Amino acid sequence: MVFGLANPDRFMRFTRPLMPVVWAAAVGLLLAGTWLSFTAPEDYQQLDTVRIMFVHVPAAWLGLAAYVALGVSSFFALVFRHPLADAAARAAALPGAVFTALALATGSLWGKPMWGAWWVWDARLTSVVVLFLFYVAYMALRAAIDDEAKAARAAAVLGLVGLVNLPIVKFSVDWWNTLHQPASLLRAEGPSMTAAHLTPLLVMGLAYMMLFTALWLTDIRTEVRRRRVLTMRARAAQEA
Amino acid sequence: MLDLDMGAYAAFVWPAWGISALALAALVVRSVMAARRWKRELDRLEGGK
Repeated sequence: MVFGLANPDRFMRFTRPLMPVVWAAAVGLLLAGTWLSFTAPEDYQQLDTVRIMFVHVPAAWLGLAAYVALGVSSFFALVFRHPLADAAARAAALPGAVFTALALATGSLWGKPMWGAWWVWDARLTSVVVLFLFYVAYMALRAAIDDEAKAARAAAVLGLVGLVNLPIVKFSVDWWNTLHQPASLLRAEGPSMTAAHLTPLLVMGLAYMMLFTALWLTDIRTEVRRRRVLTMRARAAQEA
Repeated sequence: MLDLDMGAYAAFVWPAWGISALALAALVVRSVMAARRWKRELDRLEGGK
């Protein structure tokens, strides 16, 4: 099934009816998540700044998830030389970079009132900056090489190397003594949040995930079309 | 109960939500515009075969 979808024609046929559903789900979940975020009570310690968590944490999750999509797609592009895998890696880069930048910016806006500092060079924050730099380097490398096949191979290698950083981001709060708090949801003792704050966080997380899916699939479909156009133009130029 | 009064933290909460909304909206606009552009171009070339 998954490998069947690696055929661009089959992928386009399969995803076409899905697109309106995924976009509608993303918009609906974003509206619901926003409503829940501003109807949730203040946190007893963070007060109203807890509402920053409802955009900060999902952005951080998706910054990581998009890189998993980029890295795994890069692996398939490099090993199987499949153009759809390369299109998938390329399409994950910009949304991933934006989600990571949002995680950094909104985290900074939460850090100032809660920690008393816009920024600290602790392991979690620094490893997320490195993640952002991997995204930027990936996009810059693709843009710097004119030959698209060579650019795809070089970017895929860089994409794979960047995977090493993901466990560092995830476990930095356990491996080092960081100012950034440890995981609040995935803990052996269960989530450390109350249901009143957990619900908006999970709905916003689902909304961001659905929005990334919508953007990713749309951009892969666009990339398939772009390559078809370039191939047709090249053929027309040869025939002329 | 909808609570839009962020009190002393308004200068942090609203910019966080504002830049999130702006950045995500920009991603959506870019994606939809690129999709339309390349679909239109492909349709034109395939129609001209």
